[in-house]
Amino acid sequence: MTAVHEPAAAELNPQEQDWVDQFMDETTLFLGPDPEIMRNHSICSRTELEEECIAEGIDPLEIDRIRKRLAGALDEGYEMCEAMGAAPGAKWGDLTTAIYTASGDVTYLSCHGVIAFSAILHHPIRYIMKYWRDEPTVGIHAGDGFIHNDARFGNVHNTDQSMIMPVIRDDKIIAWVAATIHEGENGACEPGGMPSGSETPFDDGLRMSPFKIVERGRLRRDLLTFLQHSVRDPKLQLADLKVKIGAVQRIMQRIDKIVDEVGVETFVAALRITVEDVEAEVRRRIRELPDGTVRFNQFMDSTLKENILIKLACSITVEGEKMTIDLRGTGPEILNRAINSPLCSVKSMMMQAILAFWWPDLPRCTSAMSPIEIISDEHTWADAGYDAPMGQSLQASFRGFSALQSSWAKLQFANPEKFSNVIAPWFNQINTFLWGGVTQHGDQVGNLCADLNGMPGGAKPFLDGEDAVSPLFCAMADTAEQEVMEEEVPFMQLVSKRLVRDNMGFGKHTGGMGYEMIVASEGTPLWGFMTVTSGAKFSSIYGMFGGYGCGTYPLARVKGVNVFDIVRKDPSRFDLSIEKVMNDRPFEGGTYLTDHMGLQFDVAKDGELYMIAQGAGGGYGDPLQRDPQAVVRDIELDRISPKVAREIFAVAYDPQTFVLDVEGTEALRAKARQERLRRGKPYAQFVEEFATPEPPKDLLYYGSWGDDTDELTATVFDIDGPKRVTAPLDQLPIVMIPDRRDLKVAALEARIRELEDKHGEVVHRKS
Amino acid sequence: MRIPMTEYLIIDLDTERWVCRICSQDLGDARGNYKEATLVYDRDPREIHQPIIDPERYEYTFSPDPGYCRILEYYCPGCATQIETEYLPPGHPPTVDMVWDIDALRAQWQARGTDPMTVVTYGPGEDVQRHTAHTHG
Repeated sequence: MTAVHEPAAAELNPQEQDWVDQFMDETTLFLGPDPEIMRNHSICSRTELEEECIAEGIDPLEIDRIRKRLAGALDEGYEMCEAMGAAPGAKWGDLTTAIYTASGDVTYLSCHGVIAFSAILHHPIRYIMKYWRDEPTVGIHAGDGFIHNDARFGNVHNTDQSMIMPVIRDDKIIAWVAATIHEGENGACEPGGMPSGSETPFDDGLRMSPFKIVERGRLRRDLLTFLQHSVRDPKLQLADLKVKIGAVQRIMQRIDKIVDEVGVETFVAALRITVEDVEAEVRRRIRELPDGTVRFNQFMDSTLKENILIKLACSITVEGEKMTIDLRGTGPEILNRAINSPLCSVKSMMMQAILAFWWPDLPRCTSAMSPIEIISDEHTWADAGYDAPMGQSLQASFRGFSALQSSWAKLQFANPEKFSNVIAPWFNQINTFLWGGVTQHGDQVGNLCADLNGMPGGAKPFLDGEDAVSPLFCAMADTAEQEVMEEEVPFMQLVSKRLVRDNMGFGKHTGGMGYEMIVASEGTPLWGFMTVTSGAKFSSIYGMFGGYGCGTYPLARVKGVNVFDIVRKDPSRFDLSIEKVMNDRPFEGGTYLTDHMGLQFDVAKDGELYMIAQGAGGGYGDPLQRDPQAVVRDIELDRISPKVAREIFAVAYDPQTFVLDVEGTEALRAKARQERLRRGKPYAQFVEEFATPEPPKDLLYYGSWGDDTDELTATVFDIDGPKRVTAPLDQLPIVMIPDRRDLKVAALEARIRELEDKHGEVVHRKS
Repeated sequence: MRIPMTEYLIIDLDTERWVCRICSQDLGDARGNYKEATLVYDRDPREIHQPIIDPERYEYTFSPDPGYCRILEYYCPGCATQIETEYLPPGHPPTVDMVWDIDALRAQWQARGTDPMTVVTYGPGEDVQRHTAHTHG
């Protein structure tokens, strides 16, 4: 709910408190997300059963054997989902299977898949245990299955649907098993399940709090029907429910065998000890880091409807075995835009950084983040309240990932005991097409291209980053075969996976490169595309230790012309790239447009071009230290332009033979260093000239301005128009941004009146 | 005792100073912000991330908008090595990105009893072994 400042309640005696509790129990209108569950990412304390099981004695080797068998079972379930799943996300690996303790702590995740889920699904399980176990109309029985997708109850985002089933022995819940798949379509205001256009939580589509959809092994047809009627793709909804149920049941068969062999006590002890061991090891690893504070600020440039700048502040402090992540200074939630994220989703992506980039060798447990304290103010865009739309919550949560992944190079650099290489920032945006409409087979669908999985990697101190290698959230994900997709959907990727020259983070070692995609639809009564990305005005990732970040990425379109018709008549004109199409404008009669990458569902007529590019990984180290031979090789391969070679890397070479000019390069680099010394200003003088008391006047800025303040700066809109406010978060007015089309109409009307005045034209209008 | 803290920065525990790893330039009090000893340049981001499509005709070109984004370049005043870059909105105060507890650092390394300059590597794996030998430090 929106924050309301209530007067402090009078203290109640125990009898009065009982009356209040009883009254509230009997008259609760509905159960929302439970803050006691949702604010907590620590593991539970041992249950009585766990105490008893552990007291019987532990054999570490046996626990390890159980863990390995569980890993095998989870991988089997994972592969079932990947092989049989109907959702594009399932086919490309955007899913996970996991086993949990009876209290809901993740003990182990499948080796492939999305690690972020290890920090998230304990929330719905704890909710089920707290509210449904003893609820007479629900209860938990063997063979039951609970479905869930609402991120406010604990999820990465609302496209992901889980099937959660209890493992019950002797009428006791001894564990939980779940499968979660990025299903995509969920009935939101736009196809594909992660709408950039949502302006209220009701635009976000299905909002499933955890509820029972499988009763004692049978899928409830009435609830299934309700779900199928709530989404655009009823076949997908049914198919993947069955796939998840099948995968979870297979994992449970494997678990049954293990329990039959080792007994309940050893099995329960193995789950709990794994969780506890990981927590103890994380404390030890934190202790090995240097004590101090690393700070990393990010600025996002879009609400996905208009350009703004909103800050995600992060400082990480290590003191002995204690680590504190402080997000204060982060911008406020925007109550009518899709970019807000619940804190649990941001934490899940922090976990992604921890278990994929900090300590990838650890079992993927809830406890990997359990010892880390996180400080965050509710009602920021990275810790949004119940009433905030969250359709594109990845905008905040992926920056939670970057906050930890980027800071790690500094936190771990001086530590002799490393578990991963020092690395520059990974790309962090969802540069892909979402799509929806009616297919060539007459089906209504909505989903996305797998190109989001082609995120380029950051550079290492000794190696260039990998091009289009994997998404930050899933090391094993696939970018898929577009030709396979084309059998199911009515559009083609006319250009697919062609690297964009100069699209890398420059440095001593360069970040991985991203490719471009050009799509066009044909032969369908209704089709449209969407994009859900920020970073068209402000780079979304930065470099490391003197390297540069990625560039920025436009959406380019050619509307009003059917390119299929043109290339069918003259196939020689099928030579496309964003650079060529937009600069040469080869298709007469077309309208050539660029926009930021927040495109709400845009109807695509036959043969109209939609063009985007993947991003780039961050560069590492000073570009003037890059091996000149590597620069020449990049020119020869057309990975960089001659201009970049000269201006960024200061390399001289023979453009005919691509032979390095060693002396010429030395001279260029010496000159470049001299120029740095000439133009660089002493820090104090620089800050005096550069830093301003507030953001540029016309910039819609949200967040702390500088790091030494408890106040946030925000532009709010009232009856007089935009107004800049600086205040602590709890004193800021609600932030809602006016419809950009209304603003455009108002500006155009003002311009018309200005011209009428200028030319003396009198027009009588009625309002 | 000298500890490599980043690619280009060392903390000398004996003098409690930041030191450039390339040229040994003194970069200030190790208990403070190393940036205070650097030279800084406010770079127009379009010079680094150059437009791929025509900026005369299009608003979005693959180049950051200088009205939204600046790149601060931090140079060592001794050897002009670019120690760090920082992407900021115009006028936003630079970030103090690292502050270390020098007393704790000293105690940590005394307990380890090893030489940081030899035991600190870029991490596990054959790649590191192969490449670290060629790096400075």
